[in-house]
Amino acid sequence: MDKKSMKGWLYLLPAAVFLIAFLVYPLIDVVVYSFEEGYNFASQSYSGHGLYNFSYVLHDPYFLQAVKNTFLIVIITVPLSTGLALLISLGLNAIRPLKELYQTIYFLPYVTNTLAVGLVFMILFKKTPYSDGFVNMLIGAFGGSGVDFIEGPYWAKMFVMCVYTIWIVLPFKILILTSALASVDPVLYKAAKVDGTTPFRTFWKITLPMISPMISYLVITGFIGAFKAYADEVAIFGTNLNAAGMNTIVGYVYDMLYGDSGGYPSYASAAALILFAIVFTITVINLLFEGNASIANQG
Amino acid sequence: MRIVLEHLTKKFPNRDKKIHEDVVAVDDFTFEIPDGKLVSLLGPSGCGKSTTLNMICGLEKPTGGKIYFGEDDVTDLPPENRGVGMVFQSYALYPHLTVRGNILFPLQNLKGKDKLSKEEMNRRADEAAKLVQITELMDRKPSEMSGGQQQRVAIARALVRMPKVLLLDEPLSNLDARLRLQTREEIRRIQKETKITTIFVTHDQEEAMSISDMMVVMQAGVLQQIGKPQEIYDDPCNLFVAKFLGTPPINVFEGRVENGWLVIGSDRILHIRGVEDREVYVGIRPEAFVPDEEHGPLVCDLKSVEVMGRDTSVVSTHAGIQGLCVRAIIPSDAIADPNGDGKVRFSLKPKKVHIFDKESEARIPFELA
Repeated sequence: MDKKSMKGWLYLLPAAVFLIAFLVYPLIDVVVYSFEEGYNFASQSYSGHGLYNFSYVLHDPYFLQAVKNTFLIVIITVPLSTGLALLISLGLNAIRPLKELYQTIYFLPYVTNTLAVGLVFMILFKKTPYSDGFVNMLIGAFGGSGVDFIEGPYWAKMFVMCVYTIWIVLPFKILILTSALASVDPVLYKAAKVDGTTPFRTFWKITLPMISPMISYLVITGFIGAFKAYADEVAIFGTNLNAAGMNTIVGYVYDMLYGDSGGYPSYASAAALILFAIVFTITVINLLFEGNASIANQG
Repeated sequence: MRIVLEHLTKKFPNRDKKIHEDVVAVDDFTFEIPDGKLVSLLGPSGCGKSTTLNMICGLEKPTGGKIYFGEDDVTDLPPENRGVGMVFQSYALYPHLTVRGNILFPLQNLKGKDKLSKEEMNRRADEAAKLVQITELMDRKPSEMSGGQQQRVAIARALVRMPKVLLLDEPLSNLDARLRLQTREEIRRIQKETKITTIFVTHDQEEAMSISDMMVVMQAGVLQQIGKPQEIYDDPCNLFVAKFLGTPPINVFEGRVENGWLVIGSDRILHIRGVEDREVYVGIRPEAFVPDEEHGPLVCDLKSVEVMGRDTSVVSTHAGIQGLCVRAIIPSDAIADPNGDGKVRFSLKPKKVHIFDKESEARIPFELA
């Protein structure tokens, strides 16, 4: 190793030490934990190595429920929130007066605390002995019968969860998409207009391809974010998510470590690795899909 | 397609909100563009030429006046119903589409009875590509091409719908000098081949003179002069037009008419008639100067001689000149100052000398006595 590259490594050392200590080592540890069978938290000993932890987690009904919940949230909220954000951004881009005001309003949820938003959602949706909640009042006003969204049927809870998740991720997506739309060269729209392009075709054939890198960025980060959802669920349904039937994979990992039934780092590690495998697979599929789309666009 | 503009006017609200008066970008233009000609709209930036083009195209609505294509009033028609093709200064190619995709794009917009089959579209795209000589680039993306090639694609895209009018907005200003020369010949050739009425916006007088059948010179939203390039150069209607056309630019002197003589400083340069005594501006084209050591009436102090090969540029000063120096272009075999006394004496070709009113700056016609 020559002197120059030595110097380079020396500069990298402080950052590398921290990364290895707090990122790489725990990661390796998670993998190691997940294969240690019969781990005893008190004595910090284990009985052997094997795949039992994975088998346990995969047969645990709580975990399967968490996987189902997570997938439902991902599949429902990512496309809906991205599409909705695109619609709102297009609207914001089209208006002139009060544009800044609207942009600020749409961005406000981003700087609002998750738990505070959760509280507001509870007030909107929760049924208490004293009140039916605002949403139920609305349903009642239109002649429907109220539903307990927080402690009622599964679909109602999932509905609240999805509305909440979409609402909370919307501002960031709107921010990204409005700036992406603004960066499209306006002369392209002029050219399209002279050529007699319909607004729909202009959107489909010019606007969308021009902002597609940003859209795929939002979809990928959206998938990853939704797979890692946990705090949002706690904000609405409280800490005992298993009882509510609204746990997520990350929530399951947390419960296995610190929950009332916790103290099982091996199960937690196995579940975390399964989540990692899922997110990794989905991201790769996303990237492949994006690559194909950009090739298709050349045609 | 003959194009007629009738009292065409465009006003914009003032950007400075304290001033309520509108900015007049185009002020009462009335002129006719004959069928099948290449016409340039020429003027310094901000003179309203691009606004005029945008109104002819339909991208901008006039605040007053009418536009006719042939007999049809198109003032209120959207661009796609006017049968125009437009080439933008920055080309405006769709970056995510190939050259073929870009050229096909306008054809794919056609609907109903105008709808073309895939084969017909491709045939037309190939034809347009052949016209601008980019057939071997059809599968490239705009980012993989030079500026000149992108320019050709933009022209092909504008031509593929077979427009009645082709509009070019400063099409050469993003190209380097050599490519610009080549491309302007190319535009001329394409126009001649297709015989499409073409309107060309530029601020470069040399460009406009070299390719147009007709020029429209404008300044600050006001039409100055219309005519063939040589006619406008030879007979500018006012001082602005005289100064705007020609490189090097015309030399402008403070002068006066006195007892039938045109006088600059103390030099009586031309014997004229038909003009009463008055103060005037005298414009003398660089090529009007003929070194004449014995009889030359205009006496200047020689500053430098710049050899340019084909001819020689003589830089001198004179008391009456507006600006820094007098620039004369003389044949390379002529000698500016044969006796070496630092003075250069010129006779003048009278046709290259113009006089202008000091107030209105309008040209004053005169005859030689």
